[in-house]
Amino acid sequence: MATADSIYGLFPTPADAQRAMDSLRDAGVAPARIVVMTAQPFEEYGFMHVKPMRTNMYKIAACGGIIGGALGFWLAWYMQVAYPFPLTTGGMPLVAPWPTGIVTYELTMLSAILTTVITLLVTTGLPSWRKDKIYDPEVSNGMLLIGVIDPAENAREDLEARLQRAGAEKIKGTGRFTR
Amino acid sequence: MLQKTPEQINEDLLRPLGTTSITYRLVLILLFIVVAAGGYAFGSQIYNGIGLAGIQRPVFWAFYITNFVFWIGLSHAGTLISAILRLCNATWRRPVTRCAEVITVFALSIGASFPVIHLGRPWLAFWLFPYPSERGIWPNIRSPLLWDFFAINTYLIGSVTFLLLPMIPDFALVRDRAVSNIRKKIYSVLALGWSGTPKQWHRLETAMHIMAIAVIPVAVSVHSIVSWDFAMAPVPMWHSTIFAPYFVAGAIFSGIAALIIAMAMLRKFLHLEEYLLPIHFENLGKLLLVMSLLWVYFVASERLTTWYGNEPADMAVFWMTQRGGFSPLFWTMVFCNFIVPFPLLAIKKLRTITGCVIASIGVVIGMWLERFLIIVPSLSHKYLAFSWTASAYRPTWTEITITVATFAAMALLYMLFAKFIPIISVWELKAGQHPAATEELARLADGQSRLADRLRTQREAGAD
Repeated sequence: MATADSIYGLFPTPADAQRAMDSLRDAGVAPARIVVMTAQPFEEYGFMHVKPMRTNMYKIAACGGIIGGALGFWLAWYMQVAYPFPLTTGGMPLVAPWPTGIVTYELTMLSAILTTVITLLVTTGLPSWRKDKIYDPEVSNGMLLIGVIDPAENAREDLEARLQRAGAEKIKGTGRFTR
Repeated sequence: MLQKTPEQINEDLLRPLGTTSITYRLVLILLFIVVAAGGYAFGSQIYNGIGLAGIQRPVFWAFYITNFVFWIGLSHAGTLISAILRLCNATWRRPVTRCAEVITVFALSIGASFPVIHLGRPWLAFWLFPYPSERGIWPNIRSPLLWDFFAINTYLIGSVTFLLLPMIPDFALVRDRAVSNIRKKIYSVLALGWSGTPKQWHRLETAMHIMAIAVIPVAVSVHSIVSWDFAMAPVPMWHSTIFAPYFVAGAIFSGIAALIIAMAMLRKFLHLEEYLLPIHFENLGKLLLVMSLLWVYFVASERLTTWYGNEPADMAVFWMTQRGGFSPLFWTMVFCNFIVPFPLLAIKKLRTITGCVIASIGVVIGMWLERFLIIVPSLSHKYLAFSWTASAYRPTWTEITITVATFAAMALLYMLFAKFIPIISVWELKAGQHPAATEELARLADGQSRLADRLRTQREAGAD
């Protein structure tokens, strides 16, 4: 599968990357077509927030916890009544509340943790070993990648000039923009 | 830490992955031999029967269960401490967290294996699983041992994911820098196709925040439940309400000590002097000091309450440990857990890396003795006179070999981990060099230098 068409610049500092982002936005590039890749989170910079970052991960984890807790409660309850001949002994309840609570609690937490991991993987599209993705190993060396996916053919020069002016150390392309 | 470029950080932290010294190989072989000896001892115990261990009526829990409690306690080094530091947003945590989280995963795995080693017929360990046997009988949920099954597995799964998630970006880093094809392929699979988009970073940080919130109560519950293995039994000096917090505090205490030792070894052997700084040891040393004081408080509370209660069965065990056959072990424990660490950690001049390591070694020894002293004296002097015997239990070579082998296994696993995965989270360290983080570090450094100035002025004024 061929790599997607893109033009991107590799920037040495977050300030350069921010300038490039501002310049691309000024040129009217839609946020959905801007690609950003970094080797570390730069939460405090605007270029990391070009697309909305809201997530329901907390709520999903809580829901996962509730479902796991309910299953845990059912398991604990069932384990106590599932004997071939359940007997009430010494006036104690057949379903003991404290052990039931402990198992319910542990499975609530386990389920919340697993739900979080699954949500992370699903929402980030991981694992994804596709070869057609835009990526540059220079990112691992600290470079910040800012680029445009599928730009118009006639916008190439303008985009490259904008990335260059913002301080790109290298400008590269993929797909039909491969240099 | 000195301000370093991303390339320098990559170079420094990935260096151990690319080079293997002769010393490393020799130590690895040595550790492997010790682990193999432990495997042999366990194998002969399976073949010849549990009689090879020194346990006998009435002391049915001894070395193996001591090790179980000790290793589960030690596992609190990582995930719990790392989660607390993450939630507090302590910037100095960055080089420490992974070293700590790895301890949790390995110590917990080793700890969880001890109930199986302790079983006379380990192949029947699955009887603890929540499923009905062929006669339709489910395990007894009222038994704390079954609670252990749920708690330890939850903590293990939580700790493994808590360790693995922040490793994904570092796998991608190693993938991008790998020279050999096989290495590139392995790390490509492990990196899951990570590319470092803002969405990926945001989701990873959110997930880590949720995990940190979830894993703290799980960690506390694990050691509470381990303590209830004892406290739920009507055995002298076990049936106590203080046991759960006492065990949790002890676990964190031994965990911090293990972390300090591991960090000092990594610093020395992987040449991470520029990353694992004296300030990290000093901060952990302060935490260790607090836990040492808390430990003394719990021991004193437990002992004082027992003494005032003056129950004959409790007092018999009490005096066995205070001035009887177990007293040398008890006072060694007090010496290791308080007398040694307190001055080393309370006096600023002594709170050096060496001081912290000496205190930590003391604490690890002391906490192992504490676990032993909780289990064996109580079991050797229960309520009925027929079971009273001070010499009911002597550890055998099988138990000693298996115990030593687990320490070797811990070191072996840790060394192998550090060989294949960056032992310091590279991306977190780089993130610590952002303006926001560096400002906080500068503020801390500024505060320290102002404090030093004030002390110097006071000293000079005193001299005048």
